Amino acid sequence: MIDTLRLTAEEANGLLERREVSSSELFAAYRAAIDERDGELHCYLRLCDGEGGDGIPIALKDVISTQGVHTTAGSKILESYVPVFDATVAAKCKARGLRLLGKTNTDEFAMGSSSENSAFGPSRNPWDPSRVPGGSGGGSAAAVSAGLAPWALGSDTGGSIKQPAALCGIVGLRPTYGTVSRYGIVAFASSLDQVGPTTKTVRDCALLYSIIAGRDECDSTTVELPEHVELPNEDGLRGLRVGVPKELNKAEGIEPGVAAAVEAAIAQLEELGAEVGECALPLSVEFGMPCYYLIAPAEASSNLARYDGVRYGYRADAEERLEMYERTRNEGFGDEPKRRIMVGTYALSAGYYDAYYGQAQKVRTVIKREHDALFETFDALVSPTSPTVAFPLGARTADPIAMYLSDLLTIPSCMAGLPGLSIPCGLSEGLPVGLQLVGPQFAENTLFRIGHALEQALGFDPVPERLRA
Amino acid sequence: MEISQDEVLHVARLARLELTDEEVERFGGQLSAILEAVSKVSELDLAGVPPTAHPLEVANAWDEDEPHECLTVDEALRNAPDREDGHFRTPPA
Repeated sequence: MIDTLRLTAEEANGLLERREVSSSELFAAYRAAIDERDGELHCYLRLCDGEGGDGIPIALKDVISTQGVHTTAGSKILESYVPVFDATVAAKCKARGLRLLGKTNTDEFAMGSSSENSAFGPSRNPWDPSRVPGGSGGGSAAAVSAGLAPWALGSDTGGSIKQPAALCGIVGLRPTYGTVSRYGIVAFASSLDQVGPTTKTVRDCALLYSIIAGRDECDSTTVELPEHVELPNEDGLRGLRVGVPKELNKAEGIEPGVAAAVEAAIAQLEELGAEVGECALPLSVEFGMPCYYLIAPAEASSNLARYDGVRYGYRADAEERLEMYERTRNEGFGDEPKRRIMVGTYALSAGYYDAYYGQAQKVRTVIKREHDALFETFDALVSPTSPTVAFPLGARTADPIAMYLSDLLTIPSCMAGLPGLSIPCGLSEGLPVGLQLVGPQFAENTLFRIGHALEQALGFDPVPERLRA
Repeated sequence: MEISQDEVLHVARLARLELTDEEVERFGGQLSAILEAVSKVSELDLAGVPPTAHPLEVANAWDEDEPHECLTVDEALRNAPDREDGHFRTPPA
């Protein structure tokens, strides 16, 4: 009997290597778990037949192109789209023998923090199905949490891997910008989008990152990793310096239970031998949100111009071409892409460009410099990942700005292109709390080392209480 | 910061986005609130600060000018809503 709720990817690999189970048996076990629980949770938009090799299964967020398998980005405008090529990350997974379980739910075009913006209905949090799993990668995070995939890939623009990982009590990595290929990923904001793993353990996270990272000639923004990915082993943190930026830890809106769990974990870091010190990011947190909500919509308005009913996707009936474009986009896009297209178009339009987009790009420099300065003193920064635990479905859908604040603490490091790891660090009101570790560019190994040691010391049980046997 | 209906319609036209009357009204209010929030970036005096368009310091990536395998015409057209004789087909302009 394979317990998919408990099995890590590393353990699953071990079972295969020792020939205790076959790849098909593993695949069937996850499919059985999906049959049992996905009716309630709606993690998957589409199931696959195990395309790939003879290894362990994987789920991919539905913004990752898969040859011959529908890829919708959670949008009606791509409902019928079947890619004729694999994204580089999908090809890399297949080349390593990973078998495709299915495509996971996402906010439309990865725009959202709850998965409620999916045109195909929201996913639900395995810890409490009346609550959201976070977003945009809510499907991937909920699937890993509920044992419906051993691990999954997501994509992160302002928090779409880390925030759902936090809300579902699992591990999520947003890698350094440029370390993972974006070729074949449905584009949202190209200077921010990054693909990364969602997993049960930090070691699984490092392993999956090692599979997908590296330069890709199909994505000219990618670079070679300066050092090999190391699977973390050490339990101690002697010699490491961890900063606690007060603006990220004392921000308005952080729930007391979230702050308490993170403070306890920070005390644990010190017990493990790390030097912990307070520090400040005075401008990055205050100006990160407005900066992000100019740059991301501006890039989105440009990227989403391609959905015009001509080359692929939905087309509305119309007698004349301009009418066809405008109606196709009205009928094909949901509210959130429309809002962001409008904000981005406004911010880029004549007369407003310098005041909005140009100014936001300068703020981005300020945010990057502020972080760079801290990394002269610290190896990593720690804070909550999300200000709150998982919130009820519908709680933030009527107010876009309330929804945007879900990513308050993840956005600043994204703007600076920095890697961020979220690990579960405890419970508040019976729901998981995520702890965020941010490092300098290419410091994934440091984040894995700290995350692994903390994970071992905290002993958090990632299986949702209501699903435990 | 109040965005007028005319401005909403102007931006929608630039974005090739048809909006219903209900959407013009609803998005108008939401856009005003969002633009008000993001206008905060203007509080900083950033004269002399260079813009960041890309978070990594990388130079141009060059590749040899050699032909690679690419999609066939049939593959490239496979997802098209309408096509004819190896071309995309649209309603008349």
